[in-house]
Amino acid sequence: MDYFIELFLSGLTRGSIYALIALGYTMVYGIIGLINFAHGEIYMIGAFTSFIVATVLSIYGFPLLAIVIVAGVAAAIWSSAYGYTVEKIAYKPLRRAPRLAPLISAIGMSIFLQNYVLLAQTSDFLPFPELIPEFAFMEPVAHIIGSSDLVILVATTVVMLALTLLIKFTKIGKAMRATAQDKTMALLVGINVDRVISATFIIGSALAAIGGLLIASHIGQINFAIGFLAGIKAFTAAVLGGIGSIPGAVLGSLILGLTESFATGYVSSDYEDVFAFSLLVLILIFKPSGLLGKAETKKV
Amino acid sequence: MKPILNVSDLSMDFGGIKALDRLDLDVCAQEIVALIGPNGAGKTTFFNCLTGIYLPNSGDIQLTCPQTGKKTRLNGLKPNKITEKGMARTFQNIRLFPQMSVLENVMIGRHCRTHSLVLGAILRNRRTRVEEQETVDKSYAILEKVGLAAQVDEFAGNLSYGAQRRLEIGRALATEPFLLLLDEPAAGMNPQETTELVALIRRIRDENQAILLIEHDMKLVMTLSDRIIVMDYGQKIAQGTPAEIRGNPAVIKAYLGEEVG
Repeated sequence: MDYFIELFLSGLTRGSIYALIALGYTMVYGIIGLINFAHGEIYMIGAFTSFIVATVLSIYGFPLLAIVIVAGVAAAIWSSAYGYTVEKIAYKPLRRAPRLAPLISAIGMSIFLQNYVLLAQTSDFLPFPELIPEFAFMEPVAHIIGSSDLVILVATTVVMLALTLLIKFTKIGKAMRATAQDKTMALLVGINVDRVISATFIIGSALAAIGGLLIASHIGQINFAIGFLAGIKAFTAAVLGGIGSIPGAVLGSLILGLTESFATGYVSSDYEDVFAFSLLVLILIFKPSGLLGKAETKKV
Repeated sequence: MKPILNVSDLSMDFGGIKALDRLDLDVCAQEIVALIGPNGAGKTTFFNCLTGIYLPNSGDIQLTCPQTGKKTRLNGLKPNKITEKGMARTFQNIRLFPQMSVLENVMIGRHCRTHSLVLGAILRNRRTRVEEQETVDKSYAILEKVGLAAQVDEFAGNLSYGAQRRLEIGRALATEPFLLLLDEPAAGMNPQETTELVALIRRIRDENQAILLIEHDMKLVMTLSDRIIVMDYGQKIAQGTPAEIRGNPAVIKAYLGEEVG
């Protein structure tokens, strides 16, 4: 039974990290109908930024909590700057182009950013400092759930709640929902749609950066290519839940995380990805719009 | 009366078709002007040029704020900027945000009149809170005016047809326009709903807003308008009071064709 609970909790941890990245995919898709393949790279840049900041701060002997907070904020800001810039130079000029054009542009951006980090940093795996210590009060349950799992679960829950409140109640949230529903009409009621799109990229990138910090400290190493697999997994989760739907992205991520965790625990870790992507294939066959997605009705 | 909208020499073509052909038109403050004409005359194209959805090929559109007297040339401005300048519109086929509540639909209209940004939403400083309260209060007042105060929490998509039309007008009013463009506001309405609409439009005019409307319901046009402009093939073929238009041979010809023989 303990083993089951352990797998369940590690599945939730995995799933909530996927969710942080998947939200960026799904928000951007909801607003401009684009699958932002460079999003995984934004996450990778977040991990690198927090790595650099955390390493520098720990040399100067700052306390761990301060390091985590400063690294998290720095990563969120830096990744947002990348997300914002990518949108401005790679997607905005193609706003009126056929849908395939920005998609190809996104793949190009992804390759570019990977190679940019490869050249600017290194091709080696870098050891990421352990930012989350083992808490004393976690001792009795340490065989089931680690401290970093707990921190990840709490942090992602808080971030997702904040996002929900932002979208539901604030002015920018309303503008985002209006833009997703009818872009022309949003313009006509005086919403600056370009700014809303930028805000979406900034928020999505900040979430991915926080995901980058958490997962890098959990796994303990980073590399220029980590964005690719994480991006694909998060994309799978977003499609699973219904791309464009925010609760869908969270649900899809949790299901994907749990599936992988149980597959690793009960079958073999070699089959982790097989199970994850088989799940995607099954969902696409039986419910192509995803679990919570709406079937697309083409407007004429 | 001073004009608030001056359109001069406006042309727009799609390939070889002249949708608008050197159109001149004025609207004065507090005036109700109806734009009529057979289907395909270019009325909706004209609205799209005014609001920045289409870019006209040539001509000039100038908006003058009645309070400050400030003139702005609208050609080439983005739709959201034009809305900021004080012109709002509704659509022939209703375009609400169906998955947002009635209140939210109106609050969205206040977007360009408020200033807080993402940072304000996170920090929730005093200015943001005051502004949000003001937005809610003004939105309620508008819903009261269009008669939807009882349905504020309903999804916009679930409202009856007539109510959706009124909500669309409410959302346009929330942007605080001094010129309101209505594209076939009475289309598909039953007689009672039409009567309510006429009363609403009059009320809006009495509050210092000018109205330019496209409409096919001639009874409504004749009772409501101060002035009627008739279009055909992208050109203005007549203008005048309802009485003048009723007897104008060019108008009768455009609608019914010429007598043979």
